Amino acid sequence: MNSENLPGLYLHIPFCRGKCAYCGFYSRTDLSLIPDFLKSLRAEMTLYREAFSRIDTVYLGGGTPSILGASHLEVILDAVRRQFVIADDAEITVELNPGDLTARALRTLRALGVNRLTLGCQSFDDAVLAFLGRRHSAGQCRDAILAVRAAGFDDLGLDLIYGLPAPGGDPGTAFRGWLASLQTALSFQPEHLSCYQLTLEADTPLAATLALSPLSLPDDDLSARYFLTTSERLEAAGYRHYEVSNFACDDDHRARHNRKYWDHTPYLGLGPSAHSFDGTRRWWNPRDFDAWVGALRDGMRPIAGEEILTLDQLRLEALFLGLRTREGIDMEAYRKRYGFDLCAERGDKIAQLAAAGLVRADGYRFSPTRRGLVCADFLARFLS
Amino acid sequence: MKHIRNFSIIAHIDHGKSTLADRLIQYTGVVDARNFQDQILDNMDIERERGITIKSQAIALPYRAADGRDYTLNLIDTPGHVDFTYEVSRSLASCEGVLLLVDAAQGVQAQTLANLYLALENDLAIIPVINKIDLPSADIERVKAQIDSELGLDPETAILCSAKEGTGIESILEAVVRQIPPPVGDPESPLAALIFDAKYDAFRGTVIHCRLFAGTLKAGDVIRFHYNDATYRVEEVGRFRLQREKADALRAGDVGYIIAGVKTVSDVRTGDTITHEDRPCAAPLPGFKEIKPVVFASIYPIASDDYEDLAVSLEKYKLNDGSFVYEKDSSAALGQGFRCGFLGLLHLDVVQERLEREYDLSIILSVPSVRYRFIMKDGASGWVDNPMHYPDPLSIIKSEEPFIRAVMMLPDRYLGTVMKLCMEKRGVNSQMNYLSPGRVELTYEMPLAEVIYDFYDRFKSVTQGYGSFDYDLIDYRESNLVLLDILVNGEKVDALSQIVHRERARARGVQACDRLKDEIPRQMFKIAIQGAIGGEIISRSTISAFRKDVTAKCYGGDISRKRKLLEKQKKGKKRMKMIGNVSIPQSAFLAVLKSDTD
Repeated sequence: MNSENLPGLYLHIPFCRGKCAYCGFYSRTDLSLIPDFLKSLRAEMTLYREAFSRIDTVYLGGGTPSILGASHLEVILDAVRRQFVIADDAEITVELNPGDLTARALRTLRALGVNRLTLGCQSFDDAVLAFLGRRHSAGQCRDAILAVRAAGFDDLGLDLIYGLPAPGGDPGTAFRGWLASLQTALSFQPEHLSCYQLTLEADTPLAATLALSPLSLPDDDLSARYFLTTSERLEAAGYRHYEVSNFACDDDHRARHNRKYWDHTPYLGLGPSAHSFDGTRRWWNPRDFDAWVGALRDGMRPIAGEEILTLDQLRLEALFLGLRTREGIDMEAYRKRYGFDLCAERGDKIAQLAAAGLVRADGYRFSPTRRGLVCADFLARFLS
Repeated sequence: MKHIRNFSIIAHIDHGKSTLADRLIQYTGVVDARNFQDQILDNMDIERERGITIKSQAIALPYRAADGRDYTLNLIDTPGHVDFTYEVSRSLASCEGVLLLVDAAQGVQAQTLANLYLALENDLAIIPVINKIDLPSADIERVKAQIDSELGLDPETAILCSAKEGTGIESILEAVVRQIPPPVGDPESPLAALIFDAKYDAFRGTVIHCRLFAGTLKAGDVIRFHYNDATYRVEEVGRFRLQREKADALRAGDVGYIIAGVKTVSDVRTGDTITHEDRPCAAPLPGFKEIKPVVFASIYPIASDDYEDLAVSLEKYKLNDGSFVYEKDSSAALGQGFRCGFLGLLHLDVVQERLEREYDLSIILSVPSVRYRFIMKDGASGWVDNPMHYPDPLSIIKSEEPFIRAVMMLPDRYLGTVMKLCMEKRGVNSQMNYLSPGRVELTYEMPLAEVIYDFYDRFKSVTQGYGSFDYDLIDYRESNLVLLDILVNGEKVDALSQIVHRERARARGVQACDRLKDEIPRQMFKIAIQGAIGGEIISRSTISAFRKDVTAKCYGGDISRKRKLLEKQKKGKKRMKMIGNVSIPQSAFLAVLKSDTD
């Protein structure tokens, strides 16, 4: 896609109005910390401007980036432009929450060069939104989508969640409810869809609730049905299921920033809990606002931990990340980059997977089928 | 010699033997509190983790008694599991007395009784000790009544103690001095030394632990083993402190060690007599028995490349475990391996764990078996301990299997369920004996094969931990046996075959299929598991293909986490054996014998 493989920049905006029941990402609800955050974030940029001078994707995630007012977003994006060289055709994405969108903020984002928005709808069913602890309604989702379109954005992604515990113990109702939400989402013709199966993150209210409740998440067989049906419906509607949880209306609308995570392109993550990677080394910031601010106040890179990947580790990552994408793995490119000939060393195993209908082998490339994607972790274990 | 006392502590498992040993060591100051590590005598990790003593240990405790004299108290710790009864009996033969430890809450148990009998056989002075008196559930009066009625000992001589809190320790040491007779024996007579254990030392070779009953032994002497007439020149003798302590000589009455260039522990037989080559004793010490393995299983490396490593590791392991035997073996399903003999299932477990832990090997054990006897039409007879060598059924006239006598002690409220369990395990000739109101001693004769795997666990569970169990091998009896094969996706897995009683075959086949269904993870295709006798399929289960195995999100920070998980699972994969195209986890091979009622 980008022959130069320029790094991407991720900015973690660690603020939310409240915590959603299922979410394990780091965020704070004390909005009075925002000025400190902005100051520290700018300080952090200056510490990395030389190591990551040129970038071609910017991604504001969180947390809730849209909790920041237009002026704050302007401060951040201005700083980014001053500290880094951004490619002309860069993808600049901001995650938005349907509940706190204003026409003015959208206009500002347009003016600042943001060209891709993702909207955390999660569902078009108010009962589901309440269960997840979201603070917006299905109506607000619809309004937000229309507002985004009205502001002139032509690259919109919607985030959706499926696989909730079935209230009243009827998995059929929950399943049909999901398909209805999906249908509603499709009616807005978003360029991109992320459909995540609900996963229990440790130390979240939802995990605690479910531990004490008779409700349970769908079993493997039902999960597979959710996954496969979602994939079939969206592909029938013309979307391409290009990664385990991601769908795009065409190849050009695949998320360029996320793709860097999956093909070992370097990325710089700024803000509390953000992760960075330079090709061999991965490091991460503290999951603690004060520790992050403190280090930056002392002029230090706020690094909480790091690992330098061995060749074996890089190979393993490239294998399981590649197997999560529909493109799969180009074995020739893999051999050149990681010095391991999958074709020679794993050819018989790949043939077994192909015979079981889990991968498609085509010359030097092998890629998971739809049934293969739903057990991508197994594929990686089997071939590692 | 008047100032030496040789004694052991005997007890039912978990009654606090190792803790009491620790307190005695601490009290007599062999080791100061600062360097104290709990359960010093259990010096293998596995022993400490499981709380079971596997090897005998000895230590000399210096003690100044109330009479003002200095004594050497040789404490010989004994293995605490029925698999090692013979070792216990040889350790006891090295003593003049024992501390018989009884848990103040649990009271007298089957092994208490079995150990008491061993002590009586060896004519030892017996000091009853009631331990754990600090427990809220301690019932000293009840335990005293049991000591009287069930053990036939004077309850008023029982010493009250809490090894955990350190109370009663001095009374115990005084009782050892006063009630246990000093050893007798003439240091001028021909040498007679009893081997009660042996350990392997990487630098010195085998270190023989022994008790001298007569004569004197010093470095430079030439000794002879009675069992095989092998002779060695003694390099060093000494006594046990926390470490070995070299001495000029060992004399009649002493407990100590001998280093004499003996290469492996298996060159030494526990219970054998050592004498001088040039001036032998007239007769060996009584009680020698060659111990024979009773449980057999094959060990295979999970990766066939590891075969050489396994061979080397077994050789090394064998240096230190004289009761472990093995020979080459091969399986159609699992490749090259070794057939091994064990004293019992705990011994098997310990060997497996030590091979994995100390030698970093991933191994698979085939389904354990006992040794059967077959008499053939042509008049020949033979022993078979490996289902793979099961003879042609048409040529068998008669099959026999080993029987044990199981002695169980339990509160009578569990009598019904335990009898039912014993019947299910083909128990016969039961006898029942009320030890005291509410407590029963129950004896059954049962096939060893039925007891071998999960009997003990199930017995513990049906008696809610209040029952205790001990057994002896008695004889071989005629039995109607068949070979039960297991097929995975139509392919026979010889390492999963079992020899079973014909009447139990169907139930065992169903059980094996069910257990394997639980143990084998879902794979990318459907797996059929079948039990078969001859060509006839008698049981079946199916493992459906997995449907979903993927995590939803994988962005910046998820990648390291996900990779670490895969790395961990990759290690787990090493514990899976590919048979055909099915991966079977290591645990499956032992699980087929377990019933699903636990």
